[in-house]
Amino acid sequence: MKIVVVGHGMVGHKFLESLAEAGVQGADVTVLCEEPRPAYDRVHLSAYFSGQTAEDLSLVEEGFFERTGFKLRLAARAAHIERRTNTVTTVDGQQFNYDKLILATGSNAFVPPVPGRDRPNCFVYRTIEDLDAMKAAGAKAKSGVVVGGGLLGLECAKALRDMGLDTHVVEFAPRLMAVQVDEGGGRILRSKIEELGVHVHTSRSTVEIVDGAEHRHRMVFADGSYLETDMIVFSAGIRPRDELARQCLLAVGARGGVAIDSHCRTSDHHVYAVGECASWNDQTFGLVAPGYDMARVAAKHIAGDTNAAFAGADMSTKLKLMGVDVASIGDAHGKTPHSRSFQYVDEVKQIYKKIVVSSDGKQLLGAVLVGHADEYGTLLQMALNGITLPADPEFLILPSSDGKAKPGLGPDALPDSAQICSCNSVSKGQICAAVSEQKVCTIAEMKACTKAGATCGGCVPLVTQIMKSEMKKQGMAVNNHICEHFPYSRQELFHLVRVGEIKSFDDLLTKHGKGLGCDICKPASASIFASVWNEFVLKKELASLQDSNDYYLGNIQKDGTYSVVPRMAGGEVTPDGLIAVGQVAKKYGLYTKVTGGQRVDLFGARVEQLPLIWEELIAAGFESGHAYGKSLRTVKSCVGSTWCRYGVDDSVGLAVELENRYKGLRAPHKIKFGVSGCTRECAEAQGKDVGVIATEKGWNLYVCGNGGMKPRHAELIASDLTKADLIKLIDRFLMFYVRTADRLQRTSTWRDNLEGGLDYLKEVLLADKLGIAAELEAQMQHVVNTYQCEWKTAVTNPEVRKRFRSFVNSDAKDERIVFVKERGQIRPARAEEREHASPDATTAS
Amino acid sequence: MNASDKHFQASCWTGACHVDDILPNTGVCALVNGEHVAIFRVGQDQFYGIENIDPITGASVLSRGLIGSLGDHIVVASPLYKHHFDLRTGQCLEDSALSVRAYAVEVREGRVGVLTA
Repeated sequence: MKIVVVGHGMVGHKFLESLAEAGVQGADVTVLCEEPRPAYDRVHLSAYFSGQTAEDLSLVEEGFFERTGFKLRLAARAAHIERRTNTVTTVDGQQFNYDKLILATGSNAFVPPVPGRDRPNCFVYRTIEDLDAMKAAGAKAKSGVVVGGGLLGLECAKALRDMGLDTHVVEFAPRLMAVQVDEGGGRILRSKIEELGVHVHTSRSTVEIVDGAEHRHRMVFADGSYLETDMIVFSAGIRPRDELARQCLLAVGARGGVAIDSHCRTSDHHVYAVGECASWNDQTFGLVAPGYDMARVAAKHIAGDTNAAFAGADMSTKLKLMGVDVASIGDAHGKTPHSRSFQYVDEVKQIYKKIVVSSDGKQLLGAVLVGHADEYGTLLQMALNGITLPADPEFLILPSSDGKAKPGLGPDALPDSAQICSCNSVSKGQICAAVSEQKVCTIAEMKACTKAGATCGGCVPLVTQIMKSEMKKQGMAVNNHICEHFPYSRQELFHLVRVGEIKSFDDLLTKHGKGLGCDICKPASASIFASVWNEFVLKKELASLQDSNDYYLGNIQKDGTYSVVPRMAGGEVTPDGLIAVGQVAKKYGLYTKVTGGQRVDLFGARVEQLPLIWEELIAAGFESGHAYGKSLRTVKSCVGSTWCRYGVDDSVGLAVELENRYKGLRAPHKIKFGVSGCTRECAEAQGKDVGVIATEKGWNLYVCGNGGMKPRHAELIASDLTKADLIKLIDRFLMFYVRTADRLQRTSTWRDNLEGGLDYLKEVLLADKLGIAAELEAQMQHVVNTYQCEWKTAVTNPEVRKRFRSFVNSDAKDERIVFVKERGQIRPARAEEREHASPDATTAS
Repeated sequence: MNASDKHFQASCWTGACHVDDILPNTGVCALVNGEHVAIFRVGQDQFYGIENIDPITGASVLSRGLIGSLGDHIVVASPLYKHHFDLRTGQCLEDSALSVRAYAVEVREGRVGVLTA
């Protein structure tokens, strides 16, 4: 069967995934994608301004097209459909035959017909190309206006504000988000957004755009007032792209859109339409969840399931706009005849909640939540499943005053068929099955396994509740015990150490653990002690807890020798320093190599040579580089403004300062920094746990990136910081990570597992929601103040020094260490080379 | 064959070091008649011995690993790949084919020594 899909957006790709799953015999699938890139997450488009790349936003699983054999053609816009011959022709004349055709052409951004709308620096907010254009314009602009105060308009306003522009929202209706939110909610929403520094103008109709006096544009309104600005983004609605359908004479809906039946077929049964371009019962749907539903229905129907049907969509949404929680369920405006509402308004905390109930008070018909939307999951389930309301339904939205739990819905009240995740159509039954059959027990696993919570994230709290409830039922302990010796997570253990002022493992074991400890809890405890007390790691009481690398202050290699990495902060080293390192390497016959962290690594040191090597390096002014620890490694830098013609600020100076501040910090896993002096980003700071990039106005801070097996981009957490504020924020970020992460958890995984992700981090670190900012800074300052070079302390302590021996009872060399030569340097001999190696092949001294 | 069997067959005690040369809950390596022996001090006064050679890489390193308990076993985790070796028997808990030799270790007049045939 030849299948041609026109459009490769979110819904187009969901159709392909569903088709692959449904399995159609002999399907020959071609996808014509107008944009130059495959499907990406348009819902989270604003993340493109906080560090995510187009690749990060991609929705295509790796290897999808190779695996399925579907053919994707990029930058291949369909121009013409000829239904008599079942062909589709692209703009460049390529023709494709079809047995089934699927239209997934999405929408256009609607731009009101205002004279001047085509002026330069006027944009729409739809594609990555639009965003690139906005970024370029934003770099030279001081202010920006978003026309349209709906969902998308407010997202766009956030993006402009993140770019550092003085941002305005101009809305035609009397309030923001007029479709989802009522007057009372609209008032609170407006005041919260204005608090964030965005100017809101409602009941404004723009009549023309002309040259401004002080700024590029002047927007003139119907009431005679005007607003001047440097750039304008239109986000005033979307219109379905049904031009192809009109061209080939398919039926269209009353308000546009390709008319479809419940199987998503158009007036021609060989042609389907799904997503924003489709019109069902004269309704078009601007949310992704109904689009996904249609995609699944169409795929199943093509695969032969004649019962697959689309039955409209619930348009409830919950989102976080500029940090403000907004949720809307069902009949939010109370349009149902005889319905009545309960409203709760707190003008101090800026919270608005309303529920709309049926005339008999038994059914929940709708709700609006602004400023606090925790009840969304519960209320949605009640509305969707027709669950009878409790006797006094107002308590669903009133704050609890007597400490009693609110009349909520335990997950048990929900039927298995209840749809919990509407974006991906995941039911309660499916979530429970993932727990009972596949032993899923974390949110990250649940997302990967069922896709629940993986798209908009709104259902995550409820999914977590259901998951934990099912785990309990299955007798699966919600277990994040660190190991068999301590019934605590690392975070809990950290707390016990800090609060109980515990400084030894024996003490910790006696008070909170059992057995002898092991290679999991000992190093974890050592790391916690180091982060909190920062004593010398090889002190008698702590030495036996250290991982072997930390015990010998070096990195063990496959033959039992060690590599030695002296610190070169910011990648900077003097000629004398290089010479000294070279001389040490020569004297001890070591192998030398430069690392990715911009420093020199020396290999082949026997354990008894380590203190001698360190002494010579220390004499030359070097310190331990902590390459062996779960600690700060390096701060990578680019050339920066001191020498580079493009540098905007002194990246090397800052890198050196940061590395010297945080050296010696121990953490749940290794930490790497990068500092770039301009947007060319030569230090690859966006691939680091902590990334800093210079701007005209200061420094931008990115967090939670990493390289390695699963590379991951860091995200922008704050912009245009002064150096002092940057350091404060990094202090807080690092200490919060050290305090709360799991053992061996990189910052990226830690951030993913934080409920609320980056937004939560911002709340804790920027807005000090938990009230711990001062504490975190003080803790970091303690670590900074108590820094000592471990190599120095080790070589000057005879008791520690004597542990560095191959044999406790002999000065003989370990004869099992054998080197051969390669490219002029030593390397460990392979097993077969050992037999033939001469005694001289071992190191010189 | 475990350490206690060795004890009966052993006829030679070779002292390696003073008890206090081994930090509690760490290990050292002794060269005994050309063999590399890892000696562990568990707590203040329990001593064990196994071969020091890691069976996978051939590197002489097991004495440098972390000591702990896993269930009823007292073990050391190899610093290279973290395989766990029972200190009483030399058994590798992950793969018995990777087990190492165990030695009988005895303290005489404050000195730790290894019993060999």
